[in-house]
Amino acid sequence: MQWSDEGLILSVRPHGETAAIVEVLTAKHGRHAGLVYGGRSRRMRPVLQTGNHVDVTWKARLADQLGHIAVELRRGYGAEAMSDAKALAGLSTITTMARLLPERDPAPNLYEITMFVLSFIDDPSVWPALYARWELSLLDELGFGLDLSQCASTGSNDNLIYVSPRSGRAVSASAGEPYRDKLLQLPSFIRDGNAAAGVTAQDLKDAFILAGHFLEARVLTPAGETLPDVRARMIELVTRGSDHLRQ
Amino acid sequence: MARKIAGPEIERLIQLLGRLPGLGHRSARKAALALVKRRDELLLPLAAALGDAAEKLRECGNCGNIDTLDPCSICRDERRDRSLIVVVEEIGDLWALERAAVINSRYHVLGGHLSPLDGIGPDRLNIPKLIERARDPIVSEVLLALSSTVEGASTAHYLREALSSIEVSVSELAKGVPVGGELDYLDEGTLSAAIKSRRRM
Repeated sequence: MQWSDEGLILSVRPHGETAAIVEVLTAKHGRHAGLVYGGRSRRMRPVLQTGNHVDVTWKARLADQLGHIAVELRRGYGAEAMSDAKALAGLSTITTMARLLPERDPAPNLYEITMFVLSFIDDPSVWPALYARWELSLLDELGFGLDLSQCASTGSNDNLIYVSPRSGRAVSASAGEPYRDKLLQLPSFIRDGNAAAGVTAQDLKDAFILAGHFLEARVLTPAGETLPDVRARMIELVTRGSDHLRQ
Repeated sequence: MARKIAGPEIERLIQLLGRLPGLGHRSARKAALALVKRRDELLLPLAAALGDAAEKLRECGNCGNIDTLDPCSICRDERRDRSLIVVVEEIGDLWALERAAVINSRYHVLGGHLSPLDGIGPDRLNIPKLIERARDPIVSEVLLALSSTVEGASTAHYLREALSSIEVSVSELAKGVPVGGELDYLDEGTLSAAIKSRRRM
């Protein structure tokens, strides 16, 4: 068995004294692990940094074996983000959250979105909003996507500003008014799909609360897990130091 | 099935030696044989040294170093620069800096780095004691000598923020071309860091 693909390094664990078990989010083969011979060598350590974009060749005798991976660097996002606390927190959050995906289950759309978010990781005015949308895509990929197309109560698609925390469906301003304290806010950049323009710090907070609620309720809590600390730290960094965003 | 080559005591010795870094089963057998052959000059002194170390080693309550004294010999050394604290991830890093003898300061061992993957958050690291030490008016600089990895950099950013309310200057190690490094063989990340931190000659 052998295949080649591109991917994003999600984790690297030492194996023995010289090898490493590397987990990669690949474009066509999903989240996939493999053993990298010499993965702890001086030559390979810079390549095997979490968040790096790499070319991967996986080989094994049988499909269900761990197999060996040969890795070549495409772009060192890890090294690029190291000097920027926000970018590093964003990169770490993406690689941590992407581990929620099932193993060896291709998610080409999410992979494409992931690489798109990372391509803006050096621009703090853009990537936090893209990341917020990425979390909703992650929910979609996990089978728990939200229905934000029309109001759950009236069926209209006008002035959708809330989301029901139970059903994950959008609610219009008029239908949601009596329950406004119980409903989650739906930021306009999530609703309209425009992540680049006019995103306020409050919009970002609302988006993170929205995605965080459903990730916890539908994915993490049933598995006995919680949202990772690194996500909370990333949110604190991007919403606190949001001079570029309208308050 | 592999045949046993000696009694259970020697087999156990081989098994335990084989768990040490750098030793496989074959090397462990060689080491055990050397110990058995040189009983008086190697085996007994080593056993005594291991017993001593196991009994007396303790973690320094001040910096997290391992020593037989608490505070450790480094913290007690009056000749060291007390205005500088060098923060390292592990004791091995402290030993590496001491071996190089490039800095005459005191240290602070964090006991690891932040790792979302392993669930290691700030509460699992020796950070509160660092903050307490940094508040000492005699301390003017904290040097973050952490790994140049994503986890090391995340830890450094966290510490910089945690120390921001204290009047100390926070510095980090330079990143770039290693001594003996040829540009042709360097990875893009190192080259990029070297270019970013270029300096006028």
